Amino acid sequence: MTELSLASPSAVAVTRGGIRSDLQAQRVRSAWIFLAPTLFVLAIVAGWPLIRTIYFSFTDASLTDLSGANFVGFKNYLSWITLKSGRIVYSGLLADPAWWGAVWNTLKFTLISVVIETVLGLIVALVLNAEFRGRGLVRAAILIPWAIPTIVSAKMWAWMLNDQFGILNDMLLGLGLISQKIAWTASPDTAMIAVLVVDVWKTTPFMALLILAGLQMVPGDIYEAARIDGIHPVRVFWHLTLPLIRPALMVAIIFRMLDSLRIFDLIYVLTPNNAQTRTMSVLARENLFEFDKFAYGAAASTMLFLIIATITVLYMWFGRVNLEGER
Amino acid sequence: MKLLATAAILGAMTASGAFAAELSIAANSTGKNVDFLRARFVEFEAKTGHKVNLVTMPSSSSEQFGQYRLWLAAGNTDVDIYQTDIVWAPQLADQFIDLTEATKDVAANFFPSIIASQTVNERLVSLPMYTDAPAMYYRKDLLEKYGKQPPKTWDELEATAKEIQEKERAAGQADFWGFVFQANAYEGLTCNALEWIKSSGGGQIIEPDGTISINNEKAAAAIDRATGWIGTITPEGVLAYKEEESRGVWQTGNAAFMRNWPYAYALGNGDDSAIKGKFGVLPLPVAAAGDQPSSALGGWNLAVSKYSDEQEAAIELVKFLASSEVQKKRAVELSNLPTLSALYDDPDIAASQPFMASWKPIFQNAVPRPSAVAKVKYNEVSSKFWSAVHNTLSGNGSAADNLELLEVELTGLKGDAW
Repeated sequence: MTELSLASPSAVAVTRGGIRSDLQAQRVRSAWIFLAPTLFVLAIVAGWPLIRTIYFSFTDASLTDLSGANFVGFKNYLSWITLKSGRIVYSGLLADPAWWGAVWNTLKFTLISVVIETVLGLIVALVLNAEFRGRGLVRAAILIPWAIPTIVSAKMWAWMLNDQFGILNDMLLGLGLISQKIAWTASPDTAMIAVLVVDVWKTTPFMALLILAGLQMVPGDIYEAARIDGIHPVRVFWHLTLPLIRPALMVAIIFRMLDSLRIFDLIYVLTPNNAQTRTMSVLARENLFEFDKFAYGAAASTMLFLIIATITVLYMWFGRVNLEGER
Repeated sequence: MKLLATAAILGAMTASGAFAAELSIAANSTGKNVDFLRARFVEFEAKTGHKVNLVTMPSSSSEQFGQYRLWLAAGNTDVDIYQTDIVWAPQLADQFIDLTEATKDVAANFFPSIIASQTVNERLVSLPMYTDAPAMYYRKDLLEKYGKQPPKTWDELEATAKEIQEKERAAGQADFWGFVFQANAYEGLTCNALEWIKSSGGGQIIEPDGTISINNEKAAAAIDRATGWIGTITPEGVLAYKEEESRGVWQTGNAAFMRNWPYAYALGNGDDSAIKGKFGVLPLPVAAAGDQPSSALGGWNLAVSKYSDEQEAAIELVKFLASSEVQKKRAVELSNLPTLSALYDDPDIAASQPFMASWKPIFQNAVPRPSAVAKVKYNEVSSKFWSAVHNTLSGNGSAADNLELLEVELTGLKGDAW
């Protein structure tokens, strides 16, 4: 929003041949002055660590001796040796099946969780947008899962999902839905489902809140006009509500997507070291701190950054193309 | 005059600062370790005037190690003393101070093998606080009830566990299981699986000379045997159990057998325990008569960080916590095995923990994890090993296939030499 209001008048000013250029220059200058502290802090807390990580990924650094790191080029990413028999053996992150397994887990998790959370969040937002008694209370209550720190809610769920003492198995057994206790976080078939359930529970309120904000921007008279014209509510939703809240929806989805692509805490508490749920962040941490492979972990972190950046750029690009196509 | 007084007060403050140090110690939170340590700190503070803060660590030793690595790499001066696992000495040696000089007077009282395990390049990097070798816990009352003998082999254990489980369930105990152990994908699974393999004559993953021996039929058979337990005599959830989760099932009276470390003995006999006085301990079973029972060698030690500002006081605390007096209390209250050989003949310990006297030969013959040979690569070796075992246990490929893959991975990891 700020970007838009700053940039467009200046573009106008330039095309008019610099009529109000003094005022314009002053505005741009004060904008930079106001932005400077933010940019400075960002450079320190985000830029510098990022550059350090990228640097370490090209070295043979070890956690016990970071200063003695030597430059090794792309060895951590991909390297190969040709054996005497002529066979070529690849090594490095890009040839590591564990890494690609983690990438696949992350993408699978992101896709499924974001889709479910968007649909549920939309439903919840539509309900909350309607007028009913006690709406304020319900709106506050629905935010509770989002307000609890992830570690706490993950630990809470770990106990509820526990195979022997967990309340979930007890309830399902009581209802006769399962015949014996299920080891939710242990069994390879259910570990990912368990993580998804907890994530959906936790972040649906966040989606609902962002979408609700979009819904409240939609002017009421459009609905009134639609009602007078006698249009079916389902059509109203598809042709009116959805296009109008689309910008808010797109922002909400990208927030969630960025968040789930770097998912760590939930999996770390619920099912650490499980090959079915190990994500890129979990793998990077494992190599950085548990194994003696700091540089390799830095390479994984760098790849994680590149993958998230690529997906974000692609998403924004496709999102804009579609928006323009509609106009 | 005023200036002089201020100077005097300042002087007094700095002087007392030099004498009364404030120490921080990172320690495990398993069982009652935290309560025990807090009580000892009160004694130590009264004796020396130093102040001790406890930094509690997660119950998974793999997570604990990761945190230590991070702190030590950052040169953290806040933590002075680290409680370390027996296998960590080669990996963290450079970050800890040499205790050889400081412990000259007492070192001879410790078991030489344990001191040797903590000596890296002739530097004693940590002082052994207690040693550990797991036991097979069994329900005496249930074995008597069904007229069973304590099992000596894994097959006997399986048969006995199965029979008791079936009969107990028929008697209305729907949640009763035959045998619980630790099979979460973490360091504890390395210990469990190493015991199955070693007691079946399948070697110890990497032999002391550096050969990778894991890919053999006996090892595969041992893991296949354990895979057969999951879902029959062992709940499937064991794939996510660490020590405390399995103790939860056991101590509520829902298991006939449990593999666990000696700390569970004192807790099982606590007043809040459903099985108080109803259980005994045995050495771990073997594959066939004639095989050597093998317990994974564990144990915890105390190391002083080289980044600590209070090394003198820290050494004092380490020596206090590893002293005969404290180790005796630890044995009596927590049933932790002492690292001082003289304590095994102590009548008070024998009276309160009757199993302990018979434990001396067991941990002396215990099988070490291959940490000394794999050095800084040990964690990765262990992680690859527990992953291969965890995959097999959860039905992802056969033991033979997974061990073959493991051998390839370990060979790649080894490179020219460990």
